Amino acid sequence: MKLAYWMYAGPAHIGTLRVSSSFKNVHAIMHAPIGDDYFNVMRSMLERDRNFTPVTISSVDRNVLARGSQEKVVDNITRKDAEEHPDLIVLTPTCTSSILQEDLENFVQRAQLDAKGDVMLADVNHYRVNELQAADSTLRQIVQFYIEKARKKGDIPEGKTEKPSVNILGISSLGFHNHHDCTELKRLMADLGIEVNEVIPEGASVHNLKKLPCAWFNLVPYREIGLMAARYLEQEFGTPYVDITPMGVVETARCIRKIQQVINAQGAEVDYEDFINEQTLHVSQAAWFSRSIDCQNLTGKKAVVFGDNTHAAALTKILAREMGIHVVWAGTYCKYDADWFRDEVSEYCDEVIITDDHGQIGDAIARVEPSAIFGTQMERHVGKRLDIPCGVIAAPIHVQNFPIGYKPFCGYEGTNQIADLVYNSFTLGMEDHLLEIFGGHDTKEVIHKGISADSDLAWTKEAQGELNKVPGFVRGKVKRNTEKFARERGFSQINVEVMYAAKESVGA
Amino acid sequence: MTVAQPEALNFECETGNYHTFCPISCVAWLYQKIEDSFFLVIGTKTCGYFLQNAMGVMIFAEPRYAMAELEEGDISAQLNDYDELKRLCLQIKRDRNPSVIVWIGTCTTEIIKMDLEGLAPKLEAEIGIPIVTARANGLDYAFTQGEDTVLAAMAARCPEKAPAGETQKNEGNAIQKLLNFGKKKEEVAADEAEYVNHTPLVLFGSLPDPVVTQLTLELKKQGIKVSGWLPSKRYTELPVIEEGYFVSGVNPFLSRTATTLMRRRKCKLIGSPFPIGPDGTRAWIEKICSVLGIEPKGLDEREANIWANLEDYLQIIRGKSVFFMGDNLLEISLARFLIRCGMTCPEIGIPYMDKRYQAAELALLEKTCHEMGVPLPRIVEKPDNYNQIQRIKEIGVDLVITGMAHANPLEARGINTKWSVEFTFAQIHGFTNARDILELVTRPLRRNNSLKDLGWDKLVREEAKI
Repeated sequence: MKLAYWMYAGPAHIGTLRVSSSFKNVHAIMHAPIGDDYFNVMRSMLERDRNFTPVTISSVDRNVLARGSQEKVVDNITRKDAEEHPDLIVLTPTCTSSILQEDLENFVQRAQLDAKGDVMLADVNHYRVNELQAADSTLRQIVQFYIEKARKKGDIPEGKTEKPSVNILGISSLGFHNHHDCTELKRLMADLGIEVNEVIPEGASVHNLKKLPCAWFNLVPYREIGLMAARYLEQEFGTPYVDITPMGVVETARCIRKIQQVINAQGAEVDYEDFINEQTLHVSQAAWFSRSIDCQNLTGKKAVVFGDNTHAAALTKILAREMGIHVVWAGTYCKYDADWFRDEVSEYCDEVIITDDHGQIGDAIARVEPSAIFGTQMERHVGKRLDIPCGVIAAPIHVQNFPIGYKPFCGYEGTNQIADLVYNSFTLGMEDHLLEIFGGHDTKEVIHKGISADSDLAWTKEAQGELNKVPGFVRGKVKRNTEKFARERGFSQINVEVMYAAKESVGA
Repeated sequence: MTVAQPEALNFECETGNYHTFCPISCVAWLYQKIEDSFFLVIGTKTCGYFLQNAMGVMIFAEPRYAMAELEEGDISAQLNDYDELKRLCLQIKRDRNPSVIVWIGTCTTEIIKMDLEGLAPKLEAEIGIPIVTARANGLDYAFTQGEDTVLAAMAARCPEKAPAGETQKNEGNAIQKLLNFGKKKEEVAADEAEYVNHTPLVLFGSLPDPVVTQLTLELKKQGIKVSGWLPSKRYTELPVIEEGYFVSGVNPFLSRTATTLMRRRKCKLIGSPFPIGPDGTRAWIEKICSVLGIEPKGLDEREANIWANLEDYLQIIRGKSVFFMGDNLLEISLARFLIRCGMTCPEIGIPYMDKRYQAAELALLEKTCHEMGVPLPRIVEKPDNYNQIQRIKEIGVDLVITGMAHANPLEARGINTKWSVEFTFAQIHGFTNARDILELVTRPLRRNNSLKDLGWDKLVREEAKI
């Protein structure tokens, strides 16, 4: 047992649901107790999805405990198949169902007999993998399922596309700025003259998965999701993959050079050096920003970085290499992939921290007292407590991290966005600091306190106590409305009864 | 009315494929209510992830709750439950020193049959902090029923006898003591004189402190003294409950607590509608008065005044229809109030329907429908959300009260929705808060009124295949 208040990566089934529900017309059925479909709320709230999240529960209740699910799961699968005609139904085990040890594979096989669509069981162990690992393996599982199915039918298209083409793997629902990144990556590919063959899983149809081998190579923008599928495709079809995250000016260039090498090896004759040069020097503002006086002021400032592997590593390199900022420590919560992270960032920071304990991270921030933090929502709140500005760079995230405006982290527009994020975090800190040096705002006392500043009305102790229970941001309004009410009716003293009579009459 | 109406309410039961919050969410409001408590949820990452997301920003306020996250070794019994829990509880004692630790059992502890009720007394004796066990799991309960399981467990901890003699009055609770501070003895006695002499009454149900004050004052106007409230602000101030006391519930989801108070503590339950909406509040007070043998006074005028103040909101909803998909058990009371407001209600979905505990509320619903001349709603227990959405599309309703999982998709299809969970956290009880309920109910209608000329009703490209 472990005492825990906060977790950076969610439970395994969340990863499975993120991948399955990213596909078009794929439905997930969770074998879970009532209340475990919280994923639907997140999709609907955070991502503001207009459609019903294609996830339902086959509920585990007392009857299931006593007699097993029996026909229930099979019925729920065939019912969903008939109602919505999904191409694929993914039966998703949860922590509860994995201890019940029911033969879910058997349910899947039985349901498959009646269902018109495909049915599969997500193969994840709840006590061994987290959300990210599960997402990665579910994506591979679905790809493998449809490749094998197509093979059996002899349905896999022969050969590669005529022009160089790419599959982008790992764009998923509830991923940090994934939609914007996807748009930016497509734009980048278009600029490079590369056709986008398939993007999976977001918005993809499972029927198109058999076309994956037609691409010249696979691009895996994020370390956490897509790599297993890319490796599977390499092993089966020899399709090479590029797993350099194009985040930051230097890394974007490195990613493009790798792509150049990969497609030239297959007979393309491209040279992207001019493109990289043009983008770096004249299109993207980030390289110029690095050179500008603004950025000079940031030299040697202390920062700490914490997040998932992809974003924490990329940000560490950007801060240290492209902006001259002193990264005191960089950390990741992807403990299962810690070696990769160490290799990536070791030379760009003084210390590497690998943990999923937010308490340890909070202490490490307090110890270092950086000028800015780049982390998750949890680090943002640590920053609030310690009065240190924080830029959010990775999940877990809130609704404000699903912006409506275009805010990619990848590609050349991504470099602009990141420069803004970094600069804004630091200047806010600088502004605060200057205010303090110069003695703060010159009007410390607000001169006009509004009409209720000097009250002619006496509040009883009880009423004052009751007023103090009202949340601070509306307390003034409640006080004013109550006093107005009392004055109009000629009360000289305000007690609890008067206070609530006022509320009833004006809805204060 | 020429349409033939069914004489009695119609109850149905569907598949139970519906969305609701897990009952462990009750820790979110109970740890705030009971200020010296610590809630330990014994479950998995799934439970933790739900709480972390459902509680939103509260999670950053160093809440007095934590997960005892079960690992593979706990599931396969390689680790000893007692030792593990002892280690964590000692850590909690050291860091927070609470007056009570509440263990929340989850689906996992049920399935692996961890004997929390058996372990708690032993550990309690060993570490010297009361440990209350509540099995608020998703196998058996929905959302607000979590509070019911905690309060039922707390009911067993209420002191049986008041400390003897004079001290009782003054030591009722710390707040009262504070308020009486500085008053002379005669003044305190005068306070007492405002009350009719009646068998002590204890109310149960967790409400925000301002609402507790409002309802207590409301009863005081009738000369009724509230001897205590389960739960109180602090665990150490749990009310005295003696055999023969009257108890009354303020929320519709507290059936286990009511049963426990009747059977284990030998209290007499006052079965009444719940004080939600001015009609409900009045009926609640009248019922308590009638049981205590008091003639209620001034309620006619009081209720009429409240209704008069609601008129601007009533104009918005009168004649409109409301559909409850069902997730928090407040549905019957809210529907009854909204029908009295002039709405129609084709369907009330509800996770669980205790016809005995809610009997008076159901009777008032039926009576309200007859008086307002509207058809009786169908009450659907364990609803099926998919079927409900088909019905909503078929009959076309003006407002759907539903969970967040369905709210945005319905809005995108041009259907007004109100997020049901807000009714759980907003102040909705008593005369004073009737306006707050309508503020919530009318908000989508008022918002969409201001957008109506824009022609942005349906924001999905094609209807989903049915």
